[in-house]
Amino acid sequence: MTLAQQLPMIVVILPLLASPLCVIAGNGGRAKLLMLLVVWICTAISVQLLSQVVDSGPIDYQFGGWEPPWGIAYHLDLLSVFVLLLVCGISALVLSGGHKIPQEVTEDKVSYFCALILLALSGFFGIILTADAFNLFVFLEISSLASYALISMGKDRRALRAAFQYLIMGSIGASFILVGIGFLYMMTGTLNMQDMSERLPALTDTSTVRAGFAFFIVGIGLKLALFPLHFWLPNAYTFAPAIISALLAGTATKVAVYMLLRVTLGIFGINFALEQMPLDRLLLILGGSGVLFASMMAVMEDNVKRLLAYSSVAQLGYMAMALGLASAAGVTAAMLHLFNHALMKSALFLAIVPVVIHVGGFHLHHLRGLGRTMPWTMAAFSLAGLSLIGVPLTAGFVSKWYLLSSALEQHLWALVVLILIGSLMALIYMWKMLEEIYFKQPENPNAAAAEAPIQLLIPLWILVAANIYFGIDTDLTVGLAEQATQALLGAHP
Amino acid sequence: MSETLGLFNYWMVVVLMMSGLYVVIAQHNLVKKLVGLSLFQTSIFVFYISMGKVDDGFVPIVTEGVSQYSNPLPHVLILTAIVVGVATLSVGLALAVRIRESYGSVEERDLDTADGVEPTEVGDA
Amino acid sequence: MNISLLMGLMIAVPLIAAVLVAFCGRNPNLRETISLAVGAVLLLVVLALGAADLSDSDNYLVLAEPFPGLELALSAEPLGVLFALVAGFLWPVTTLYAIGYMRAEKAKNQTRFYCAFAIAISATMGIAMSANMLTLFVFYELLTLSTYPLVTHQGHDDAKRAGRVYLGILLATSMLFMLPAMIWTWQLTGTLDFQPGGILTTELGVGTLSLLLLLYIFGTGKAALMPFHRWLPAAMVAPTPVSALLHAVAVVKAGVFTVLKIVIYLFGLETIKTLEVTHFLAYLAGFTILAASIVAMTRDNLKKRLAYSTVSQLGYVVMGALLGVATGVLGSSMHIVMHAFAKITLFFCAGAILVAVHKTDVSQLNGLGRRMPLTMAAFLIASLSIIGLPPMGGTWSKWLLLQGTLDSGLMVLTAVLLISSLLNLIYLLSIPVRAFFLAPTKPLTVPHTAPPTAAPATQQEPVVLGDEAPRNCLIAISITALACLILFFVPDLLFEHVGAIPL
Repeated sequence: MTLAQQLPMIVVILPLLASPLCVIAGNGGRAKLLMLLVVWICTAISVQLLSQVVDSGPIDYQFGGWEPPWGIAYHLDLLSVFVLLLVCGISALVLSGGHKIPQEVTEDKVSYFCALILLALSGFFGIILTADAFNLFVFLEISSLASYALISMGKDRRALRAAFQYLIMGSIGASFILVGIGFLYMMTGTLNMQDMSERLPALTDTSTVRAGFAFFIVGIGLKLALFPLHFWLPNAYTFAPAIISALLAGTATKVAVYMLLRVTLGIFGINFALEQMPLDRLLLILGGSGVLFASMMAVMEDNVKRLLAYSSVAQLGYMAMALGLASAAGVTAAMLHLFNHALMKSALFLAIVPVVIHVGGFHLHHLRGLGRTMPWTMAAFSLAGLSLIGVPLTAGFVSKWYLLSSALEQHLWALVVLILIGSLMALIYMWKMLEEIYFKQPENPNAAAAEAPIQLLIPLWILVAANIYFGIDTDLTVGLAEQATQALLGAHP
Repeated sequence: MSETLGLFNYWMVVVLMMSGLYVVIAQHNLVKKLVGLSLFQTSIFVFYISMGKVDDGFVPIVTEGVSQYSNPLPHVLILTAIVVGVATLSVGLALAVRIRESYGSVEERDLDTADGVEPTEVGDA
Repeated sequence: MNISLLMGLMIAVPLIAAVLVAFCGRNPNLRETISLAVGAVLLLVVLALGAADLSDSDNYLVLAEPFPGLELALSAEPLGVLFALVAGFLWPVTTLYAIGYMRAEKAKNQTRFYCAFAIAISATMGIAMSANMLTLFVFYELLTLSTYPLVTHQGHDDAKRAGRVYLGILLATSMLFMLPAMIWTWQLTGTLDFQPGGILTTELGVGTLSLLLLLYIFGTGKAALMPFHRWLPAAMVAPTPVSALLHAVAVVKAGVFTVLKIVIYLFGLETIKTLEVTHFLAYLAGFTILAASIVAMTRDNLKKRLAYSTVSQLGYVVMGALLGVATGVLGSSMHIVMHAFAKITLFFCAGAILVAVHKTDVSQLNGLGRRMPLTMAAFLIASLSIIGLPPMGGTWSKWLLLQGTLDSGLMVLTAVLLISSLLNLIYLLSIPVRAFFLAPTKPLTVPHTAPPTAAPATQQEPVVLGDEAPRNCLIAISITALACLILFFVPDLLFEHVGAIPL
């Protein structure tokens, strides 16, 4: 086997192996450098994998050459490499942005910090690529445990409580997924997802499969912060170090949505998951209420990070709703929004990083007058915000267009109205912040709030540029999302 | 009757699982919450282990004259899950220790009071 | 001449200006010279387009293709060319005016001002040239966003509140109504192109079409049809040149232009005629005309009064479009032009008064005609044009609109037009009458303008005939006021374009 054929393995193993090296490398700049190097290599690999899959179809990788029923296999189709590239790219950009900023964690913890980030990423990559259900659980726990620790490193002591809360909820969620895997294994006798999906259609009448399905959905719902299982998310994002909020906002929930897509459509198949079981209605209702409730909370919130976190819950609601439409258009819309939302939310959180560091807080009043003192950062924040609202020529508009189209296609008027009201509320909560930024005088004009360093501005503006680019040229995003949908739904005619 | 007894392992799993979940929800002491969480996870270990048992199956070690073996795979899987569980518990306990260090308590009510009086930020429900 | 090149230039030239202005912010003279020069270039481009043969085969320019099969594209047609001509002509004039005004006011952040101004014009040109509804929508939203910093230019709390109303209404209506209408149309017909005769045929059913029409018309918040008109008076908090160009020409005209485009090229007059809901909307426009006129009479603040007058005049255009007859559409198209010239003159005058004597209320204007004869004369001319009296350009459009109401048989609307003209007469003409015939009242004797005899104790500054606004402002005012007059005598220029609209 050549090196090129080992790429799917390398992308997961590399951060995993580099993680202890980071600890060894110590607290100087070396740990950070190693982490960045690894993340950028992974990004390069994922670009390579994407082009391979686009050119020559899905890749199957078998660990140690063992055939699937015995060995663990990776299956790389369009959806997985698409999400892999997204997660790699976002984390590479966000982490580069955080690179030179005086860290929010104390200096003696930097090496652990980097090691944990690599562990979390390794877990994410594993979840995305694996074709083995139990392997999925293991990687889920790797990423989750790393995330709990990362969140607890926030300066505020409430970060500890947020991490603890997340740990309890996350562990319960993961355990539910484990039970679900157990039920499926009992019925199908395999852990390989492809084998499962082939054997399941004959077994869908059994209550075991149904129970397994229910456990899966609740478990993933917890990880996904699907309303009303979202309570851990606002706390976690609020008190985590700012750079971690930016990282997780663009990756963790996206991986959870990916799991939902993979499990419902990839394993159970659209017929069973969304038609035989009432998941479609459930997702529509929960997604819809999530959009309304979380947007409302965001409108009333004064804490910028928490506001953005609630906005994330609302946006996840959109994705759940789109999937609940149980149509090709809906799935495409969900995937598109997954991609676009990662772009905008990580840009927004990344723009908050220098605010936290220079101004010293993340309340609305900390934003006052920053339009003058940090013009470039705030311009990026505004543009990403416009994308979140769904203004034309931004990625958010493309998402909105597809969401609305898929709802209109089925004449679900209530849903159309809901989506529109959601974006109106996004307008309100974004504007609340923009008015503080551009209309208010700085609270404490003497405090030197300087422009963010160029190392942060470059990745930030790359994210913003991506927001605009993918709002104008959608060949890549829409094309991939449509093909991935076909591949996913085509497996279960 | 035989049905109820035949599913004995599942009944136990359900009882353990629900007790664990109840403890997680009802207890206000963080350490007790973690105990509940462990109980909850242990129920799943039991679930996996018992599901590998095949009727009349032998211990899965190749033995002369035995053709029916229990399925060893779930046992192997659950070894991994146990490790994960231990890791979760230790991270949780480490957090509890850190919380105790900075708040001086692991009772949620005390923590709420402590956060409630914190002057800088509000709204941490 | 290559039409697609011209269209591309129309979008690009103002954007280039915006970039240049941003880079020359340190040097006001250079910055303003660039603004003016680029304005002149744009005018030349637009004029070239006006003279070009639109049936040319390369009359289509694709900018991007954001959705498979749905392009952002430009294509010139007579109505759009007309709109572009108006905006292209008035941009350099307004720039000239703005230079005088902003300098006299010593306004802050002028670079941002000229930048946003240029982007807004680019968006307006995009609206005028858009080949399909998506393109129009994109530029429509861009126009809203680029004018937001202009509306809130002063940066105080009033401006912020006004900005909220402005943005809230305009973005909300377009997102809540126009966007779903557009996506629905796309799903029903598979196209969003503006086509002569329309793309929505009666086969789609009356219910669907009626709902779509409602969504589209209410979605065009910029047309200021009641109850979505509040943003227009709110936007008057902006500096006067902004009110003049954007809230008399670019933004509001973009609104009614959109309505016309939708009626003519998406629905088609034949389809529009068959819908009951059209009458409802036409009556609503009639109500808007009257109600806004009445509100205008009660407003003492000059700019607010002009704003409500604008709401009322926009009602004319919307009504004309919804009459479902050719003369109505012709009248509406003409009215876009006539009203643009007249209203911009009125706003220029209001600004000139503010700069010269710092007066904002109508009741303070008594006797001002002696001090600012040129300004007030221009005000008179423009008022007459809005009312629709000869020899002013407004006569033609009013005439056509009246004929349109008669053709469509909606006599109530004929009455509305007549009554409204009377109301216009009262609330507009009273202003020059005050200025020319009434003696200055006591409040006029504030230091800056005090006649020496009236208030000897205060700072002395003799009233000089022609002690007017800065020269740049006066030039601009004269140009637009003259245009009102000229358009009466040579309406052929307009008829040529209006007549070419494929109905």
